[in-house]
Amino acid sequence: MTPAVEFRGVSVHFGRTRALESLDLTVARGETLALLGPSGSGKSTALKALAGFVRPNAGRVFLDGEDVTDLPPHRRGLGVVVQSYALFPHMRVDANVAFGLKARRVPRAEVASRVAEVLDLVGMGAYARRFPRELSGGQQQRVALARALAIRPGVLLLDEPLSALDAALREDMIAELLRLRAELPDTTLVYVTHDQGEALALADRIAVMRDARLVEAGSCEQLYRRPASEFTASFLGAANLIPVDLVSEGTPATVRLGERVLTAEPTGALGPGPVALGVRPHRVGVGAPGADTLPALVRAVQWRGTGYRLDLELAGGATIRAEVSETFAVGAAVGVSIPDGCPLVGVGT
Amino acid sequence: MSVAPAVVSEKQRSNPVSHSRRGLVWLLPPLVVVAVFFGYPLVLVAGQSLTTDTGFGLGVWAEVLGSAEFRDAAGQTVLLALGATAGCVLLGTFLALVIAFVPFPGARTLSRLVDTVLAFPSFLIALAFTFLYGSAGVFGAGGFLYSPWGVLLAEITFYTPFVMRPALAAFGQVPGVHLDVAASLGARPWRVLGRVVLPAALPSLASGACLTLLLALNEFGIVLFLGAKGVTTLPMLVYGKGIVTFDFPAASVVALVDVAISLLLYGSYRVLAGRGRGAAVDAA
Repeated sequence: MTPAVEFRGVSVHFGRTRALESLDLTVARGETLALLGPSGSGKSTALKALAGFVRPNAGRVFLDGEDVTDLPPHRRGLGVVVQSYALFPHMRVDANVAFGLKARRVPRAEVASRVAEVLDLVGMGAYARRFPRELSGGQQQRVALARALAIRPGVLLLDEPLSALDAALREDMIAELLRLRAELPDTTLVYVTHDQGEALALADRIAVMRDARLVEAGSCEQLYRRPASEFTASFLGAANLIPVDLVSEGTPATVRLGERVLTAEPTGALGPGPVALGVRPHRVGVGAPGADTLPALVRAVQWRGTGYRLDLELAGGATIRAEVSETFAVGAAVGVSIPDGCPLVGVGT
Repeated sequence: MSVAPAVVSEKQRSNPVSHSRRGLVWLLPPLVVVAVFFGYPLVLVAGQSLTTDTGFGLGVWAEVLGSAEFRDAAGQTVLLALGATAGCVLLGTFLALVIAFVPFPGARTLSRLVDTVLAFPSFLIALAFTFLYGSAGVFGAGGFLYSPWGVLLAEITFYTPFVMRPALAAFGQVPGVHLDVAASLGARPWRVLGRVVLPAALPSLASGACLTLLLALNEFGIVLFLGAKGVTTLPMLVYGKGIVTFDFPAASVVALVDVAISLLLYGSYRVLAGRGRGAAVDAA
């Protein structure tokens, strides 16, 4: 089946700066793909190349199998929602939402009905005659979403749409986006974010990016449980990367951590270099020092409401993070246990 | 030391009468300056305009306002000012759009050059036009320069930066992402310009236009320097009546009419400029 979106070797350079390098990626129709990465990773540039806001220096961009690389943005038929909302300040809410429909010369009667329809869809029907400045951030974001949806795009691009909202509102909007997602099953969503929580909650698949390149792409669960790279393991789920000695390769592999020998799951090509265990903070066990544990010192304690976050210094000097239900005194000597079966990744991947 | 201002401030709050007197003291110097350098001369001019052969009255006003010479000058002044303003708005907006949105090398330099032109005296443009389009100029075009069209062209050339400067500032405040989103919604460049960019810049353009209208209405240097045949504006009429024929009462009447029109336009300019600033704050 033809993918709704396809990047084929797309590179974007701004002068000497390489903003995106040889991106190969496809998104299926009706799928939600999250482009996840830190600032400067190239995720927003990929979105801009898809929307037609920047011209790739190399490679091609396809929409529904059609090469749109040379098409201007107004001929691509995409919906775009950006972090700053970009509502036109001199237009009321209904005029903002109607903008794309009028640009496409939709008959006036249909414009009115579609504006009302999408405003109701995002719960903003009662605010049609307000100006953007009279709305809260969350309300403006809903209007921006309605404006993008009004043109019934096949592909909806969302560039850090929740970054400007406070934490509580962001949670509400994630729920709202999931509800909309269910109501628009045929619409393809490309969602750019640096927030792994948003990506995990909303996406069917995640494409992790770093330094203008795609690191890896896969389902949320696959990337979370079996990250193939050190970067994905640390960025998605904030895994502790604990250097270990590889005793024997295979699946599972055997590794040595201090005096302990553990089994581990290699998730990608390990290469000849050093390897590390990717251990999620909630999988780190902390208790009294014992024969089967690694000696460590508690360096910091944070109460997180549902439990405690501990910063622990292992005997070798490495620092790891643990999330536990009981607290420990700062400076206390504890025993750390690492379970078998953690992902094993090559260092530097 | 840091306690003293707080104490004074507390005293001021506790004694509002004393505070308002201090306010009046600060108000006095500018009031004196305005009264001495603007109010008093204006009263003299007003008094002069009411002076007749037999004493005081509205005879000169009736005579001047009823004269064809005044009506022609007023009409010509308004037409030239409106024409210059329209030309400046069209040319200034176009040039500002090019500088702001069309990437080309030297755009920033050109933008700064606009500020430089603002500092030039108007007669310099007239002088340059004489060298270019005068009878013996490089592009000498017969009597063109010495017609109302020559004056209009010179005024447009001189006053266009007065529209360009606020327009450039306004266009600079339109976020690029607005243009991107508008385009993604299906709007072609002309629609983006007409529905997104220009409405956002409208208050600034209007205030620039109002300022240009005000200045063009009182333009004297260009008209005098070009010496265009048949072009008599209100400032030229004041000059002619006051300096050439020594008819001070008539000159005063014309000057007061000019001042009234200017004040009316200045009031409009202030209102529009205020809205322009408000729009800029909203956009930010």
